[in-house]
Order: sequence, then C-alpha cells, then structure tokens
Amino acid sequence: MGNPLEKKDRMKIPRAVMPQQDPQERKRNFKEVPFGLTEEMALREASRCLNCPKAPCIKGCPVDVDIPGFIQLILEKDYAGAARKIKETNSLPAVCGRVCPQEEQCEAVCVMGKKFGPVAIGYLERFVADYERENNLIELPHIEPPTGRKVAIVGSGPAGLTVAGQLIKLGHKVTVFEALHKPGGVLVYGIPEFRLPKSIVQAECDFLARMGVEFQNSTVVGKMDTIDELFAMGYDAIFIGSGAGLPNFMGIPGENLIGIYSSNEYLTRSNLMRAFDFPNYDTPIIYGENVAVLGGGNTAMDSVRTALRLGAKNAYIVYRRSEAEMPARKEEIHHAMEEGVQFMMLTAPVNFIGNGDGKVKAMECIKMQLGEPDASGRRRPIPIEGSNFTLDVDLVVVAIGNSSNPLIPQTTPGLQANKWGNIIVNEETKETSRKGVFAGGDIVRGGATVILAAGDGRVAAQHMHKYLMEEVKK
Amino acid sequence: MPKVIDNIQIGPVVWKMRVEVPRLVEKAKAGQFVIIRVDEHGERVPMSIAGLDKKNGLLTVIYQVVGKTSALMTTVPAGGQLADCVGPLGVPSHVENWGIACVIGGGIGVAPIYPIAQAYKAAGNKLITIIGARSKNLLFYEEEHKAIADEMYICTDDGSYGQKGFVSDALKKLLDDGVKIGMIMAIGPVPMMRVVANLTKGYNVPTWVSLNPIMIDGTGMCGGCRVSLDGKTKFACVDGPDFDGHLVDFDLLTKRLGAYREMEKRAMKKFLEDPNCRLNEELKKVMAGN
Ligand SMILES: Cc1cc2nc3c(=O)[nH]c(=O)nc-3n(C[C@H](O)[C@H](O)[C@H](O)COP(=O)(O)OP(=O)(O)OC[C@H]3O[C@@H](n4cnc5c(N)ncnc54)[C@H](O)[C@@H]3O)c2cc1C
Ligand SMILES: Cc1cc2nc3c(=O)[nH]c(=O)nc-3n(C[C@H](O)[C@H](O)[C@H](O)COP(=O)(O)OP(=O)(O)OC[C@H]3O[C@@H](n4cnc5c(N)ncnc54)[C@H](O)[C@@H]3O)c2cc1C
Ligand code: FES
Repeated sequence: MGNPLEKKDRMKIPRAVMPQQDPQERKRNFKEVPFGLTEEMALREASRCLNCPKAPCIKGCPVDVDIPGFIQLILEKDYAGAARKIKETNSLPAVCGRVCPQEEQCEAVCVMGKKFGPVAIGYLERFVADYERENNLIELPHIEPPTGRKVAIVGSGPAGLTVAGQLIKLGHKVTVFEALHKPGGVLVYGIPEFRLPKSIVQAECDFLARMGVEFQNSTVVGKMDTIDELFAMGYDAIFIGSGAGLPNFMGIPGENLIGIYSSNEYLTRSNLMRAFDFPNYDTPIIYGENVAVLGGGNTAMDSVRTALRLGAKNAYIVYRRSEAEMPARKEEIHHAMEEGVQFMMLTAPVNFIGNGDGKVKAMECIKMQLGEPDASGRRRPIPIEGSNFTLDVDLVVVAIGNSSNPLIPQTTPGLQANKWGNIIVNEETKETSRKGVFAGGDIVRGGATVILAAGDGRVAAQHMHKYLMEEVKK
Repeated sequence: MPKVIDNIQIGPVVWKMRVEVPRLVEKAKAGQFVIIRVDEHGERVPMSIAGLDKKNGLLTVIYQVVGKTSALMTTVPAGGQLADCVGPLGVPSHVENWGIACVIGGGIGVAPIYPIAQAYKAAGNKLITIIGARSKNLLFYEEEHKAIADEMYICTDDGSYGQKGFVSDALKKLLDDGVKIGMIMAIGPVPMMRVVANLTKGYNVPTWVSLNPIMIDGTGMCGGCRVSLDGKTKFACVDGPDFDGHLVDFDLLTKRLGAYREMEKRAMKKFLEDPNCRLNEELKKVMAGN
C-alpha cells in the first residue's frame, strides 16, 4: 500500500501546523509547549511526502534515518513499525523529534521545501515515538546470548545511552557511570521540561535498564575509579561520553556578583533540582524581574524562557551578532519571541554593576556592528565606540557555551586531547589514543547536538563490538 | 541507596552521621568532601569528610543544623537511607613533612580538620592543634584531637573552657614565641579563616583554608561555587576546596554565601509548620528562633 494521492495533490496539502499552548498562558507554566500532532494530522502530513527515489532527506540526517520508509509506514497506520524503522539508526526518536534542528538537516533538503514547505519530518518522528510509548508498544528487542565481555560507559547523555542500548543487545554486560543523581545528561539537567518532558528521558533510561543495562548514578569517574582502574576491575572496553560540561564565563568585571549564573547552573537548578517548584523542592533559585541572558544558542533560549516562566517582567536576549547568526533552533527563537522575550541584538556586556551588597543591579553594554566573516564564517562583531549604555538587571544568565570537563583527560595517562580539552578520536572508529577506550558526543566535538552525540554512540558501539569480539580474549 | 549506620546529636545543634559507602570510603582522602541528598525533593548539600573507617567502609560527617536540609538530616534514623551520597569530591589536602604543622579548627571546623591532622601527623610532622568554640558546650572532637596532637590549645570565646579568646590569639602567641611552623591549615567559619589568614600574612607562614561556597553538582559543571583568588576565578568544588588563605577574597565568599537567605528562611518556616515535621522539640525551638 502506498500513497493514494497523486503527486500534484500531495503538494496541495499545506504543511501541518503544530498545535501548541497559547503563548500568553504557556509563558507562565512549565508544561510542554507543542502538543504533538493528532493521528489525523499525522496521516495528512505523511501523505505530503513525495517518497522521492533519491531521498535527499536521508542524506540530510546525520544518522541516515530512512525517512521515506518510516513515513510510508505511517500511511499504513503502522505507527509502532514506523518508530521501529527510525530506531534502526536512531535510538532516541521521542527526544530527537523534539530537539533536533530539523530545519538545518532533513527538512532543509526536502524536495517539497522550496515551494510548499518541507514535510514536517520532526513532527512525524515525535508522533510515532509518542504513539509507541503511550500505547505501550515498545518491544524489548532480541538480546544476544552473553558474550562474557564487560563494558563501562562514562556519562549518560545521548552518546552514552546510545552505546548502552547497542551493546546490551549484542550480549555484552553494560554499566553506565553517571556523576549526577539522575541519568540523561543535558537531556535532564539542561533542556527544560517545557521543551523535553523529563518523563520521556526517564522512559528511555528505564527501557535500557529493562534490557539489562546497569546504571551507577552519583559516581564520578576519575574521582571514584579512574579509566585505568575500571580496566583493572575487569571492564574490557570503555566509552567516554562525558559531555562538554564546563561553563564559560565572559571574564568581565563584576561577574562573580550574586545574580549572575552560568546557564548550566540556572538550568540545573530549575530542571534537575526542580527549583521552579520551590519550596516543594528544596533547591532555591533567584527569581529575576529584569533578566538578561547572554548568548544566542539553544541554551540561551532555554534560559530566557525559563526566566519568563519564573515570573520575569522583562526577559532579554543579549547577543553580540544579529538574529541571522543565532545558532539556536529556529523554532525556539520563534517560541521565545511569541512569549515576549525581548531581543537585543548586536549588543555585548562590558561590565556588571553591583548594588553594594554583592548583588547585580545593572549591566553596562556596548553596541556592535558586523564586520568581515571570521573563522566560523559568521560576520565578526566589532564594538561601536561610545555606544555604551546601562541596562537594569537583577539576574544575568551567561549562556556563551561550554568547554570540556578536564577530569577524565587529566586522570587518564596517554589519553590525547586537543588544546580545548576535547578528546581526540579516530573519526571512523571513535577509538581514542588509548586502546579499548572510545569516545563521542560533546567531549569530542565540543558543544554539538543530541543527534550527533547519538550518532557517535552508534558508530562507537559498532567498533567497540568488533574490538570486544576480536581483540578481547575470553 | 547509602545506608545510615547512626546519626547522633553531639552538641546543641551538631550531629554526627555515619554512612555506609564502602567504595567511596576506599577512595577518599583527607580534605575531600561528599554531596548528600536526603530525599527525592532534597537539595544537594556538600559535607566535608570528618572520618573514614576504611575497614568497615564507613564515612563520618559532622554537621551543624543551619537550615532546612541540615535539619532534615537529623530525622534520618539509624538504619535509614539517604537518596544519594556522591564522592569523594574535590582535591585531597596537600600533605608533606614541613617539620612543624599546625591545624586550626573553629566551630564545626574541628571535625573536617581532624582527618587532615591525622594525615599531617602520619607524614611525620610535629602536630600543633588549636581548636575553639564560642563556649564549652559547643566544643566537640576534643578527645579525638588530643589523641594525636603533640601540642594542643583549646580556646573559648567566653573563657568557659581552655583559654579565653579566639583561636587566632593562641596562634599569635605561638608565632610571637618564634615557633617555626611550616604550614597552617585552618577550617571554620569564614570570619575565623579570614582572621587567621590575615594574621599569618604578617609572619609569612603558608596558610591554607578550606572554602565552603554554595555548590550544586560538585563536578565543575555549574560554576556556582566560584571563589576568587588574587583576582582569578576558581571553582571550589574541583580546584579546591583547599586554597591559599593569603589569596582568598573572603568578602566575596561571605556575600555569595548569603545569596539565598530569604528563600532559606521560607523553606525552614514551611518545614517547621508541617504537621508531620519530625524534628525533635528542642531543635524546633532553636530553629524557630533563628
Ligand atoms: C540547555 C541546552 C539546550 C540544548 N538544546 C539542544 C537542542 O535543542 N537540540 C540539540 O540537538 N542539542 C541541544 N543541545 C546540545 C545537546 O544537548 C548536547 O550536544 C548533547 O547532550 C551531548 O550529548 P553527550 O552524550 O555528549 O553529553 P551530555 O548530554 O553532556 O552528557 C554527559 C553526561 O556525562 C556526565 N559526566 C561527565 N563527567 C563524568 C564523569 N567523570 N563521570 C561520570 N559521569 C560524568 C555528566 O554528568 C552528563 O550527565 C543543548 C544543550 C544545552 C546545554
Ligand atoms: C566543601 C564544603 C564542605 C562542607 N562541609 C560541611 C560540614 O562538614 N559540616 C557542615 O555542617 N556543613 C558543611 N558545609 C556547609 C553545608 O553544606 C551547608 O551548611 C548546608 O548546605 C546548609 O543547608 P541547609 O538547607 O541546612 O541550610 P540553608 O538554610 O539552605 O542555608 C544555610 C546556609 O548554608 C549555606 N548553604 C546553603 N546551601 C548550600 C549548598 N548547597 N552548599 C554549600 N553551602 C550552602 C549558605 O551559606 C546558607 O546561607 C560544607 C560546605 C561545603 C561547600
Ligand atoms: S558546584 Fe557546580 S561547579 Fe562547583
């Protein structure tokens, strides 16, 4: 059974509009913003797919999901089958359907795109994954007989979770070590509930646990056991997916005033520790009235929208380039605008001003203009002399990116890292300079994306399996 | 989940808790800390390691009840459980043989300084110990310290026990007497550490302090624990908690410790008003008065 519609009729159907919470209402709650497509909407959207033989969308996807394939299964109303199709190469569709920058990946190259708007691949991905989970259709995959090999995974972000899922299926014994008290990495501590409900991440981890993956939370590798000690304890191969969790600050005067957070701290307080529900949860958080978030990425959008939900009267994005250069997902920028976030483009802070009591009360800024393109290909911002002005703020969130946490490289002799502290791997196999140690995700790439981390995990798992079976004698 | 072996009151607002965490204890060294979460709604509170029973895998923490979470900790019964206990965190204290080493503990600091004193002693130092409290009934860990110190001084602010005065007074006397102290390690309330550091600057004696800024993850991920040393920002959880006292910006530390005062009061009030609050009556009164 294929698509009953003629090609020209498919083009007449407008792209699905995601139903979502009203901006005025949602900007004061933490519930998920988009509701997801209904079955009817999903069927209609799926029927827009031209099922192109060349399928440029597959090449647009960092992990080559068979997009036309899963969309055809939707048309056959085999939603769980569609979810399984995606999971052949992407184990986290419910997450990726929500957080992937589709407009730069699969949807960017969709043939329908230019004239009619691309097929809403992300919405469909989310639909089938949610359908499968909510209807308890997730099947435990076949698990190979035990191989007798043991694998340690450091970090439970998308990279580590993907490796765990792949290797447990192949019959290896898998233990995930996580420093925090809950697994999920950025998916639990960074990305807010209103964009990625924590129950979804929990369901993914529970599923892995049901398959036999052992989670050891509250265990900091390098402080508890080092990589070498893990080998000595009998682990045969190790995957490092420890992420890019070291916050960058601006390095300008006044940055240690109370009321200046890194985005990691702000989001961790709100998401992981659930400070948004204080005092039902014990962790406090500063509620700002006038909140400035510095940066233009997803982290900045998540922070500024959190500030609104915590009652900010004015929530600003302060970004030194222009909107066109902002690295955040377009949908997030759009949502932030709808919710009333004020965008101060081409502006950079130069100094934080305290109230005499150690708390921030204002921020001195300077206006910028765009010059020649820099190494990243984006036009370099140049300060405009004499354009300084002051902005009243009682909370500032610095969201200008993360560097890699040095703990693992520091405690692992012979593990090579570059000058930014990113672990160096063989591109093809994800093996590091240490035999039997593989790495992927943000610890290798610097701050990247969920799908790239998951993709690294997949590739690493394949080569770890090969390594375990061929080079580890039992 | 980590099991609490016992949890006993050893002072008016001070408790001693022993937790069974064998792997953590095996790895931990003097000067490091752990982060505890009491229950699923709990915050993550850092606690210094006050004792390590390597044979039985037991960790000792000594805590002072100052707010909601430390109060909540008192309600965990022997045999009960904590939601989690992660560690060891932070860099272990630097230990070498300086000839004469002096440890100074004030208030709750007498506990975490004890494992460090043990380590100094084991490294061959002559150990001078100065401990102090506001008043006799607030002093504890005296026996433990006495058992290992080569010389010991006890100070109380009100003179109810030992010599009257601050720990810094006792230290000043030693320095004025020309005792050649190679290293001083001080742990206690911020004002005490500041006074000690200011004093020893003039005598040019290396002085380290253990800093206790507000933390969350304890792994270098959030930067909430930033402290300033000679104008440079450090993360106390991974770069410390021990730092050169002569470089520390104590003003900044003091201010940052007050970041959540209003919310902490609210949390405590709500806790006390809860009809199911299991705090002992005496503690309830003390906390309500704060
Ligand atoms: C706020 C925010 C929003 C984002 N939004 C998006 C988005 O919309 N779309 C998108 O694609 N990407 C987004 N990203 C980026 C994406 O989340 C990351 O690229 C991705 O999570 C990286 O995955 P990872 O597995 O490499 O590591 P992480 O997710 O960072 O997980 C690493 C884990 O390792 C643990 N760990 C670290 N050191 C140790 C140790 N020594 N021992 C044990 N455990 C350790 C950490 O605690 C952490 O849990 C966002 C990032 C942030 C911060
Ligand atoms: C490395 C380190 C070691 C410590 N060791 C000990 C110890 O051995 N014994 C002990 O009694 N206390 C210790 N503390 C302090 C202890 O963590 C705090 O007293 C505790 O968190 C207070 O929580 P609360 O809810 O009871 O009080 P709250 O009402 O929340 O706060 C009371 C005061 O405690 C401080 N505080 C609050 N939250 C934190 C936090 N998350 N991290 C650090 N400080 C905070 C603030 O100054 C605050 O004003 C240590 C702190 C650090 C950073
Ligand atoms: S506590 Fe988060 S970085 Fe130190």
